[in-house]
Amino acid sequence: MLAYTIYISFFGALVVLLMPKGSRMAIRTVALLCAIAGFALALTAFVQHGTGELTTVALAPWIPSLGIHYHLAADGITLCLVLLTGVVAIAGVLFSWNIEQRVNEFFAFYLLLIGSVYGVFLSYDLFLLFVFYEIVIVPKYFLIAIWGSTRREYGAMKLAIYSFVGSAMVLVGLIAAYVVAGSHSMDLAALASYRYPLHFQMWAFPLVFTGFAILAGLWPFHTWAPTGHVAAPTAASMLLAGVVMKLGAYGCLRVAMTLFPLGLSSWGFHVLGFGSWRDVFAVLAVIGILYGALVALVQSDFKFVIGYSSVSHMGFILLGLMTLNQIGITGAVVQMISHGLLAGLLFGVVGRMLYDRTHTRELGKLGPMNLSRALPFATVTFVLAGMASMGLPGFSGFVAELMILIGAWRVSPLLAIGVGLGIVTGVAYVWRAMQKAFFAEATTIIDPHPPAPITLPEKLGTGLLLASSIAVGLYPQMVLRLIAPALNTPLFSGLHGGGW
Amino acid sequence: MSWIVHNLWLVAALPFAAGGVISVMKQRQRTLAAGLAVGSMALSFVLALMAFVQVLTSHGEATRQFSNFAWFQFGAEWVRLGWLLDPLTAVMLVMVTFVGLLIFIYSIGYMAEDENFKRFFCFLALFAGAMLGVLIANNLLLLFMCWEIVGLTSYLLIGFWYEKPSAAAAAKKAFIVTRIGDLGLFLGMAWLYAQTGTLLFYDAGRGCLEANALTTLAMHTTVFGLTLSSAIGILIFCGSAGKSGQVPLHVWLPDAMEGPTPVSALIHAATMVAAGVFLLARVYPLLSAGVTHGMTTTVALQVVTWVGAITALFGALVAVAQWDIKRILAYSTMSQLGYMMIGLGTGGVSVGMFHLITHAFFKALLFLGAGSVIHGCHGEQDIRFMGGLRKAMPVTFAAYSCGMLALCGVPLFSGFWSKDEILHSAFVWNLSRGPFYIGAIGALLTAFYMTRQMIYVYAGTTRLAAESTHGEHGHSGAHESPKVMTVPLLILAVPAVVLGFFGTPVWPWFQSFLEGDTANVSFGALGGAFPLMIVSSLIVFVGLGLGWLLYGRKLIVDVGALDRIESAQPGLFHLLSGAFYINELYAATVVRFTLVAASVSAWLDRWIFGGVVRAISTIFVLFAKVDSFADTHVVNRGFDAGCGSVSYGGSFLSKLQAGKVQRYLKFVGVALFVAVALLFWGGKA
Repeated sequence: MLAYTIYISFFGALVVLLMPKGSRMAIRTVALLCAIAGFALALTAFVQHGTGELTTVALAPWIPSLGIHYHLAADGITLCLVLLTGVVAIAGVLFSWNIEQRVNEFFAFYLLLIGSVYGVFLSYDLFLLFVFYEIVIVPKYFLIAIWGSTRREYGAMKLAIYSFVGSAMVLVGLIAAYVVAGSHSMDLAALASYRYPLHFQMWAFPLVFTGFAILAGLWPFHTWAPTGHVAAPTAASMLLAGVVMKLGAYGCLRVAMTLFPLGLSSWGFHVLGFGSWRDVFAVLAVIGILYGALVALVQSDFKFVIGYSSVSHMGFILLGLMTLNQIGITGAVVQMISHGLLAGLLFGVVGRMLYDRTHTRELGKLGPMNLSRALPFATVTFVLAGMASMGLPGFSGFVAELMILIGAWRVSPLLAIGVGLGIVTGVAYVWRAMQKAFFAEATTIIDPHPPAPITLPEKLGTGLLLASSIAVGLYPQMVLRLIAPALNTPLFSGLHGGGW
Repeated sequence: MSWIVHNLWLVAALPFAAGGVISVMKQRQRTLAAGLAVGSMALSFVLALMAFVQVLTSHGEATRQFSNFAWFQFGAEWVRLGWLLDPLTAVMLVMVTFVGLLIFIYSIGYMAEDENFKRFFCFLALFAGAMLGVLIANNLLLLFMCWEIVGLTSYLLIGFWYEKPSAAAAAKKAFIVTRIGDLGLFLGMAWLYAQTGTLLFYDAGRGCLEANALTTLAMHTTVFGLTLSSAIGILIFCGSAGKSGQVPLHVWLPDAMEGPTPVSALIHAATMVAAGVFLLARVYPLLSAGVTHGMTTTVALQVVTWVGAITALFGALVAVAQWDIKRILAYSTMSQLGYMMIGLGTGGVSVGMFHLITHAFFKALLFLGAGSVIHGCHGEQDIRFMGGLRKAMPVTFAAYSCGMLALCGVPLFSGFWSKDEILHSAFVWNLSRGPFYIGAIGALLTAFYMTRQMIYVYAGTTRLAAESTHGEHGHSGAHESPKVMTVPLLILAVPAVVLGFFGTPVWPWFQSFLEGDTANVSFGALGGAFPLMIVSSLIVFVGLGLGWLLYGRKLIVDVGALDRIESAQPGLFHLLSGAFYINELYAATVVRFTLVAASVSAWLDRWIFGGVVRAISTIFVLFAKVDSFADTHVVNRGFDAGCGSVSYGGSFLSKLQAGKVQRYLKFVGVALFVAVALLFWGGKA
């Protein structure tokens, strides 16, 4: 059934495209229904699938001569991320309710993007995964280039180039893996079970890992993220930060780390204190955390603040992966979920609730508008989302950061201290943005044109995302029960060597 | 296990739930909001009393009971949370619920004219719930979670009047500075977990504060030759220092006085700032782990003692030169918290906790008294504009005097007994007499600055109408506050006076209770403590006398007159009133460094990485052009076949966005070409 998340989205995209241009309401409704259907399927699987172990969803030969199959499968990690996609997809449609320009095409691209994201998460055949991964780039580009705002063509192009470079690296690595294994199968399990020679893994791992990590905002390949986020329309930023960046992190874990686990082992020598690729990526991740947070601290464009905060939060995920212990990797997956929800929410507030009403994202201009009085709902939402993103207990971010920190501590306390500093800086930039945008000293007492009140779809979307974050924060067992067995499957045996 | 242990969580959950309900109520439902908050607090108070009685009537092992439950799991590891009832929790619960209840009632009067009355009670109730959660937690993680919510709600309360820029800035500062301390706590927690595999305090022998874990932690050494337990203890102390305003993380506490006065009384006297001391008392077994072989102390406890001593002196010095009635009390609180740290470091849990409890009552009394004064003076906070309030506000004056005498440590008042015990344990500390001398000087200064304040506020005639900005609205003089405010003052005055008798050397009931023993009356103990009591009384009287000499002999009449110290030693006075310019120092170093680092990062992002992107994109475009030339002129069948479907799709898509698509598709084309080439090349090999 889970495979229908892809089909429904693609089918929905087609239907929306063929609908008459005038019927905006109908188009939105169809898009919303498709998103809800995907979510419902994901939720059903999430609830029913108790064990979290790998189950095949669909399997059919596709290009038999090359050993390529149409193979969809889901384990616990997949289920969590598919559900995340469902939630963010609904929220994205709700936050795009006011799109007026070329509505058919907007939602067609939107659903195409959603469908291919589902596809990446569910693919178990690497060729298939790559195909979906490539399809993602197309709607992403057009969503930004057509419906975007600030420097949209530059942003879209930058994003496309980066995505493309990453994909190219991944593709080279995958083909090399296929050729070296010589098994005539692109199946993930088949390739992962092959023992690649150490020297091969030593160059293939960083290639594929970096390729995926570019999409996850790995420092110093992160610059596409802030500009892309800023240029994108609200729903696209939500999807971009919420799920597309997770594709990169997911690829790192699912493909790079399972195929080439030896690539993480020691080089046998030290360069500048680095003894392995693992050291290198862990340090890059920590730099990303601190760097993103620092840059966010001095931005004057509200969306850039959120964009750089995404870089910082994605650093947590990459660091969690590089801890190579169960708690750290589990934390990384929880952080994928958490950041997906919260980044979506933050972009929703800034892009939809504020920008669409005030037509500015300059913190200095928002301040005098007395927004805490004019838009109390937006204010409360941002305060809550900000608290959640700085890791306040009770929200999903806390559990994730805690697990990653403990995992990092077990590897090296120094890394953990770096993370800790990042968390403190995180408090500072959220605070600064909040104070400047919402609680600055009001100069206009009575605004002659008060912003339009927050609409019902916005409230529903906010409620959905916040409730999900709180649910994970208060009852993390909900997702952990699925993640733990997934990490114990033979697929990851190269990482844990028979037991974490 | 009795009913109350099973249901101890209700103590914290009731106010929290009340806060939640109030948050969704309408702005004008003021009575209902206040009623809910006060009612839930009263219920919590009853429960706290039940818990207290439960501990009181049990003996030996049974004085510590806990209830744990599983929260989440990763791999084979379960994270479990739980709550705990022991003498420490019981005492704190009663104190916090009692003082909290009185402050809630007082707030009804104090905030009566505020339009955001409902919001205020919502935050108060949430704060109280989180604070009580800190007290009952049997798990460092749960404690930390509640601790963070305490920090958040206190931020909301400090910044309650956020229209005032100073209040908003103070709130932000409080949150960020305490958060820096919390980073230490967070790291300590991670370290503790990595070492022991549990964060439960007590878990039938498997908890991190129980013998098994402590022995291991005390045996291993880590950086700088510290034992693990000391190193983790010091990290946890960072969290305490942030919350309890210890040097160098004290900068937020004086600024936090921008909040409404009941908030100052609740958060900055009785509860939140004391939470730091409470946390240390809770993890005291960890701090003191490894005390063997004639060593009487550990590195962690030494750090606690010395930081406390510095803070005690610093706060007392700065308080001498302040003009704002609440800032004087704020620095005084800082100083007293320093005393608690000294007590905890040199004498153990009971010494520090005793002062915490007595201080909570008399300092809450002083803050509420100051609130009453401010209310009576129509919002004036500067003591230069007060004066003569003894006649105008007799009830407030009487209650305030009790609090002041207790704070100064005048014999027989509660503060005397608790402070004397701290001085005593500092005196017999075998490492150094330093903390004792510092404490003694601090005691002298305390008596001095409180006398100064009392004379400025209550003696002589009023200076209110003179030039005060607040006095212009036709108010001619001060007035006594309504009953809803004065009655809580009078109630608080009682423990401020008598509470000390529960912990005298003759009958150390409090100390024995915390240690789970029964206290015996022994007059013999007085003999050992007596000489020191005489000394400390003398010190107090010298301080009072000095204050009177400087300010009382010739009363201040003119509002603009210089302080007596200011006219004698202007440099010293300004150094003190500027709080040693620590704020300016931080602004010039830490804050500036962060901003510079941030700007450099932003610049890098814009010019270096951005430049690299542009360079790469130029190269790629060039590459694409070369390739497009090759594509058209060097006909390649395989390539065409591979690109066929893509270019078909592209021609459709390109109608949407002319110009960009072709370039993009060329990239796809190149990729496919490379892919196919590799495939063939690899296949042959």
